[in-house]
Amino acid sequence: MPEHETHSLDVLIIGAGGAGLRAAVESSAAGARTAIVTKSLLGKAHTVMAEGGVAAALGNVWPEDNWKVHFRDTMRGGKMLNNWRMAQLHAQEAPDRVLELEEWGAVFDRTADGRILQRDFGGHRYARLAHVGDRTGLELLRTCQQRAVSLGIEVYMECKIVRLLQDSSGAVNGAVGFWRESGTFVVFAAKSVVIAAGGVGKTWKFTSNSWEGTGDGHALALWAGADMLDMECVQFHPTGMVWPPSARGILVTEGVRGDGGVLRNSTGERFMFNYIPDFYAKETADSIEEADQWYENKTDFRRPPELLPRDEVARSINSEVKAGRGSPHGGVFLDIASRRSAEYIRRRLPSMYHQFKELADVDITVEPMEIGPTCHYIMGGIRVDADTTATTVPGLYAAGEAAGGMHGANRLGGNSLSDLLVFGRRAGQHAAEHALGRTGDATVDPAQVGSVTDHALAPFSREGENPYAVHHSLQETMQSLVGIIRTESELVEARDALDELDARAASTSVEGHRQFNPGWHLSLDLESMLAVARCTTLGAIERKESRGGHTRDDYPGPSAELGKVNMVTRMRDGAVSVSREPLPEMPDELKTLFEEAH
Amino acid sequence: MSSEGAVAPATRPAGASAAPENVTLRLWRGDASGGAWVDYVIEYLGGEVVLDVVHRVQAEQAPDLAVRWNCKAGKCGSCSAEVNGKPRLMCMTRMSTLDLGEPITISPMRSNPVIRDLVTDVSFHFAVARRIPAFHPGPREADGTYRMAQVDVERVQEFRKCIECFLCQNVCHVIRDHEENKPAFAGPRFFARLAELEMHPLDTLDRRELISRELGVGLCNITKCCTEVCPEGIHITDNAIIPLKERVVDARYDPIAWLGRKIRRRPSPTPASVTAALSPAGASGEVISTDPAPRATP
Repeated sequence: MPEHETHSLDVLIIGAGGAGLRAAVESSAAGARTAIVTKSLLGKAHTVMAEGGVAAALGNVWPEDNWKVHFRDTMRGGKMLNNWRMAQLHAQEAPDRVLELEEWGAVFDRTADGRILQRDFGGHRYARLAHVGDRTGLELLRTCQQRAVSLGIEVYMECKIVRLLQDSSGAVNGAVGFWRESGTFVVFAAKSVVIAAGGVGKTWKFTSNSWEGTGDGHALALWAGADMLDMECVQFHPTGMVWPPSARGILVTEGVRGDGGVLRNSTGERFMFNYIPDFYAKETADSIEEADQWYENKTDFRRPPELLPRDEVARSINSEVKAGRGSPHGGVFLDIASRRSAEYIRRRLPSMYHQFKELADVDITVEPMEIGPTCHYIMGGIRVDADTTATTVPGLYAAGEAAGGMHGANRLGGNSLSDLLVFGRRAGQHAAEHALGRTGDATVDPAQVGSVTDHALAPFSREGENPYAVHHSLQETMQSLVGIIRTESELVEARDALDELDARAASTSVEGHRQFNPGWHLSLDLESMLAVARCTTLGAIERKESRGGHTRDDYPGPSAELGKVNMVTRMRDGAVSVSREPLPEMPDELKTLFEEAH
Repeated sequence: MSSEGAVAPATRPAGASAAPENVTLRLWRGDASGGAWVDYVIEYLGGEVVLDVVHRVQAEQAPDLAVRWNCKAGKCGSCSAEVNGKPRLMCMTRMSTLDLGEPITISPMRSNPVIRDLVTDVSFHFAVARRIPAFHPGPREADGTYRMAQVDVERVQEFRKCIECFLCQNVCHVIRDHEENKPAFAGPRFFARLAELEMHPLDTLDRRELISRELGVGLCNITKCCTEVCPEGIHITDNAIIPLKERVVDARYDPIAWLGRKIRRRPSPTPASVTAALSPAGASGEVISTDPAPRATP
C-alpha cells in the first residue's frame, strides 16, 4: 500500500457547503473532534450559486405566514412524495436557523422597520425568502465559513474522498482520500461520517452545477450499502441561460420572476396562462390583469402562473419550444425590462445584471433574457431518518442535497438553503452524539485502505481512453435519454448504454503524474457520476407515472398507487437494484392541513 | 429525441465569421521548481470565455493541465489567473475582448507560490482569515429581533459581496514582490473584511489595535490597484481601507469620539405601530429606507 497519513477524529464531514459547515459547527460545539474535508477550497462550494433566498416562515412581511403554511406549500410542491416528517421539521426549524445566521454576522436585506426582508418565490404562498439581493447563497456560505473558522474547526481542503471504510459489522469507521495538490493518500479514521457532498448535475450536459457536482456523496453511500430514495426525481430549473453556448445552463434566479419578470414566447405572448394545471388552478391568476395586481395585493388577487413550481414552468417552456415558439437560441424570453425600472432591476438583481452583461452582452434592464431549462438539483438522495439524518448504514449520516426525502418529487425555490441549515445542524448533532457514545479511537483495516489506493491509482498503469471523452459520452446519454421528458424505450436504451460506459470508465488511462492532475481526478469522479446515473435511470424506468421533476411521455399523469411509494435503489454484490417501498404515513392532524380550502 | 425539446443547435453570433478561427493559448506550465510557456493552438468557437478555451485544451490536448475552477459564473472566485498580464477571473473574461491574432498568455497569480501550472498556493489568505476576531453582536431587541436600517446594512453588504478570488491580494504591491511583508500585512481582501466588521451596526468588538499594529493597514499607500481588479466592483480603497486608516488614527487620539460614533450608528428600534402598518409595498420587496440617524462619517 502507498504511504499515507492518518487523522483520527470523532466526526468526519465530507463537503464544505452550507450543510457540511453547519454540521461541523454543531458537531464541534457538542465537543466532538470534528473535521471537514472538501474537494475544493473553503468558501467555493456550490452553495454560493444559490441566488434567491432562504425560505423560512418568519412572518416579517406577511404575519399570516407560519410553519404549517410552509409545510403545506413544501408538500404540495413536492407532489406529496416528500418525507412528511422532514418537511415538518424543516418548516418548524427554518426560522430559528435564519435568525441564528444573523447572530453569526449574516446581513440580510431589511424591511422598513429594520427586520429581515422576505421575497416571493414560486410555490410559496407568502413572501417567505430571506435574502441578500440575488447572492443569498454566498452570504449563507460565508457566514457559516466564518463561524467554522472562528471555532477553529479543521478544514482539509482540496482532498477527494475515494471510498468510505467499514468495520466487519458494516458500520462506517472512516474514509480514504487523496490530496489533489500532491496526489498522496490520506486516511481519516472517524467514529461518525456525515455526507454533505451536494449534487449530481455534472452527469448531464446542460447544468447549473459547478465541477464538483459529480454525486460523490451519493456514490460513497451507495457503495457502502446505503439505500437511495427516488433518484429519478431530478429538477430541471426552468431558467438557465441558453446563450452564448459557453454560458449554457448557468442559473438565472427565480427571483427575476418573484420581482415581476414574466415569460414570453416568440410572439410576445405570456404563455404560462395556457399551462395552469388543475392542481394549482384555484390559487393561480387566470388573466394578466389579475396576475399583475398580485404583486401589490396578495389578499385579493391570485399569483401569476410564472410563479408556479419549477417542474410546471420547465415543462411549459419545453412545450413552447417544441411547438416552434421558442427564442432564436432554443429557449424562451424572460422579460423584466418592460416591467420594472432599470434602477429597481439593478438593485434587486445585481448579480443577474452583471452575469448577462459580462457573459452575454445583454442589458437586462433594456432587453429580455433568453432562458431554458437546466439540470439544477436532485430531490432524490441518500435515505435518512428524518430526526437524526442517520442513513441505513450505522455511523453514516447525510444532509443537504445528498440526502433524499425532504423535497419529494420537486423542490421549491428557497427550500434548499433552509434544508442545509436545518438538517446540517441535525446531522452534526447526531453524528457527534453517536461518536461521543463510543470510547477509544476508530481503527481502520489496512487491507481495505490498500485496496482503495490500488483502485485509485489504476488509471496510471493501464492503457485506455481519455476520461474526458467518457464523461462527454455520459453527459450526452443522460441529456438525451434521461432528461426533462422521458419514455420507456429511451430509458432502457440509457440503461444499456450505462453498461457500456461503465466498461469504458473502468479502462480510462491518465497522463502525467499525481500532482494536481485533473484528468486523474475526473477518472475517479466518473465512477460517482455513473453510479448516480444508474440509480436515476433505474428509478425512472420503475416510476411509470409523471410526478414533479420526473416526467414520462408514456405515462403523462400521476398514479395514485405510485404516489404512495419511494423508489429505493441499493447496491448488493456489485449490482444496483430498484424496489418500491411505501412512504411513511402522515399523521391525521397534518393531513387536515391539506383539506382546508386555499 | 423527446428530451431535447428545449435544446436547439447553437448558432454563431451575428457578425462573427463563418469559418472557425484558430487561436494560440500560451500557458505557463510548471511547478515550484520552475516552468515554461507552452503554446496550444485551438479552434475558437465564438461566444466563449477564456476558461472555456482552457477547458478544451485540457480535454483535447493536455488532460493533466492543472487549473482551479468551480462555478464558471463569476460567483466563487476560484479561476483567478493573469490573462495577458492582467489579473482576471478566467470565467468572466470573454475571448472577444482580447486580440485573438496574438497569443493569449495565461499565467498563475504571481504573489502566490506556484503549485502546478495555473494552480497556486493560497494558504496565506486562509491563515490571515483565522487571525481576524469574528463578528460579536450585542443583545437582541426585546422582541427577539435585531433591527438594522437598509441604508446601514448596504455599507456592510458591499464588502460581503467579496467572492475571495484574491485578485486584490495578488496585485497589492505591498506583498506582490515583498514576501517579507506578509506576516505583518493582511492585504486588501481582509481590510474589506475588517471594514465590514467595524461598520456592522450590531458588532461590539474593537479591532483597531490589531488592524494597525498586527495587520498593517498603515503599509497601504492607496494606489488603488486592488479596487481596479475587483470583479465585484467593491471600492476597497475608498470605502474600506481609507476609513480603516482614519479610524485607527482617531483611536490613537480620541477614544471618546470613536465610542460616540459606535453608539450613534445603532438604529433605534422602530415602534410597534410601524410594524403593524407595514404595507404590501414591503411585501413586494420594495426596500424603504427609514434611517433616522445621520450616517456616521468615518
